[in-house]
Amino acid sequence: MYVAVKGGEAAIEAAHAWLAERRRGDAALPALTPRQIEQQLGLAVDRVMAEGSCHDRGLAALAIQQARGDLIEAAFLLRAYRNTLSRFAACEPVDTGAMRVERRISATYKDLPGGQVLGPTFDYTHRLLDFTLAAEGHAPQEAEAAQPTMPRVTELLAREGLMARDAPDDGTPPPDLTRDPLPFPTPRPLRLQSLARGDEGFLLGLGYSTQRGYGNAHPFVAELRMGAVEVMLAPAELGFAISIGDITVTECQMVNQFAGSAETPPQFTRGYGLAMGHGERRAMAMALVDRALMAAELGEEATAPAQDAEFVLLHADNVEATGFVEHLKLPHHVDFQSELEKLRSIRAAWESQA
Amino acid sequence: MNMIPPRNAQDAAYNFAYLDEATKRMIRRAILKALAIPGHQIPFGAREMPLPYGWGTGGIQVTAAILGPRDVLKVIDQGADDTTNAVSIRAFFARVAGIATTTHTAEATIIQTRHRIPERPLREGQVMVFQVPMPEPLFKLEPRLAETRRLHALGDYSLAQVKLYEDIAHQGEAGSAYNHPVMVGGRYLMSPSPIPGFDNPKLHNSPAIMLFGAGREKKIYAVPPYTTVESLDFDDHPFKPMRAPHACSACGSATSYLDEIIADDQGGRIYVCSDTDHCGENQGR
Repeated sequence: MYVAVKGGEAAIEAAHAWLAERRRGDAALPALTPRQIEQQLGLAVDRVMAEGSCHDRGLAALAIQQARGDLIEAAFLLRAYRNTLSRFAACEPVDTGAMRVERRISATYKDLPGGQVLGPTFDYTHRLLDFTLAAEGHAPQEAEAAQPTMPRVTELLAREGLMARDAPDDGTPPPDLTRDPLPFPTPRPLRLQSLARGDEGFLLGLGYSTQRGYGNAHPFVAELRMGAVEVMLAPAELGFAISIGDITVTECQMVNQFAGSAETPPQFTRGYGLAMGHGERRAMAMALVDRALMAAELGEEATAPAQDAEFVLLHADNVEATGFVEHLKLPHHVDFQSELEKLRSIRAAWESQA
Repeated sequence: MNMIPPRNAQDAAYNFAYLDEATKRMIRRAILKALAIPGHQIPFGAREMPLPYGWGTGGIQVTAAILGPRDVLKVIDQGADDTTNAVSIRAFFARVAGIATTTHTAEATIIQTRHRIPERPLREGQVMVFQVPMPEPLFKLEPRLAETRRLHALGDYSLAQVKLYEDIAHQGEAGSAYNHPVMVGGRYLMSPSPIPGFDNPKLHNSPAIMLFGAGREKKIYAVPPYTTVESLDFDDHPFKPMRAPHACSACGSATSYLDEIIADDQGGRIYVCSDTDHCGENQGR
């Protein structure tokens, strides 16, 4: 109907204007800038970069502001923007072993070469609301300088033969989740790509379930490290790699027992987590789920949701999930009309039998 | 380090030991019930604490409920007083209860712990408070709590026995290196919390009270003094407590539980006591 279409247009315009007004909030207060968000809500920015699978702190901050702080909406904005960018090259794998470490802990050893570096962590804070922050804010304290590079814990275990080695790089370029649909069974590179941008809450819940008996994990954090890594690119016309900048990443290597099989002695296996920015919860949950998803390859009995690749990977993406859940808000009256008619017809038959 | 008197008076913004008195009473009821039925898990209304779940909220709530102004508190994590989480929890109680703290096992009236029992034998009047991640000893074999509750009621521990049998059949010994389940008072199968098997025998007929608090899972259980605690095993495959076959490189102890420390990039290892107070005492002698 013509009238309804015109009405719809006006309603949408009015809704957007209202949204803009709500986003701005009380005009008597100064407006936020993306730069403030990037600096002072850095962990939100990191989460949006990870789930938006695009490393750009400025764009992520802008997305958070535009989304009124709805981080899934912000990730969605960033993902949508990402697809407008042309891809001109792929960088070399980042070397997290050469990371300039700001934080590095191992739960499996009391001390180790390079030491335990707590870095900027909430871990040992008491969760007491700090009202002085609301009153006048805090003078920032001098941050500790980044540490030199440190050896990897899992490598030390691998030398003793106690740690399963990951399959060596055979040179084939990894498949790309953002270019091709997921195949099932899903090779590990694709699983890791999917988990790396999966919803943090979903990964957290799945990882948690493996600790509570749904998937039988015996996890230890061999190492959790966060810091800057250099991104290297080898342009074809140059023939060698050059540094194009540093990004901060968080990496988790989670060690798990494996009972062994006829071919393999009992040993530790590792689950791997990597997150853009500072995202420990994400990296740890990812590592737990990565390990759970190895059940099939290791010949373990897969009984739990976290071990079911199809269940995990097809539901981890919050942009996909929020789209489909929220699409239920769209008009469905044509389908619903046919349901109504069907129900009336079935009930008529049921009543005539009664 | 000797007894550390409270540096400041208790933080006046909070009730003594953080929790309100009604909550403490509720927790004490659960503790009394737990002591009356050794090894049996008592549900309790665990509260949100200002430390995250999984970092000792159960232990902290138990400690908060039993703490008195004259108590002397020791907090260890992995056997050590100087580990970050132990430091944090000790500071928390020093702040919200203003009580004295100590690193000496002998001086403490309450010892909150994660993953260890001190080497020095405990005495009457001392209370161990264990931080427990998963109170249900059967959870890896049966994750559904309604079902495990039924198995406990029936005393049906065949799942655990079959698991142990399978481990022994496959690899010649029990599969669990820590958190090896124990039978308490010959009736209830209990998780000793993730202490190494090495510490299991210390629970048996101990003169101290052993309290176990699981905050996230909202359970409290206990082993009263002089109660039998037997590690699950078979007559022909008796339980074997294990430790690294070395001597401590700091104090020379050949009987204490040891931490393995990677000393260099070439994989060189040294071994030191996990119980820092015990190691310090040995070195002092």
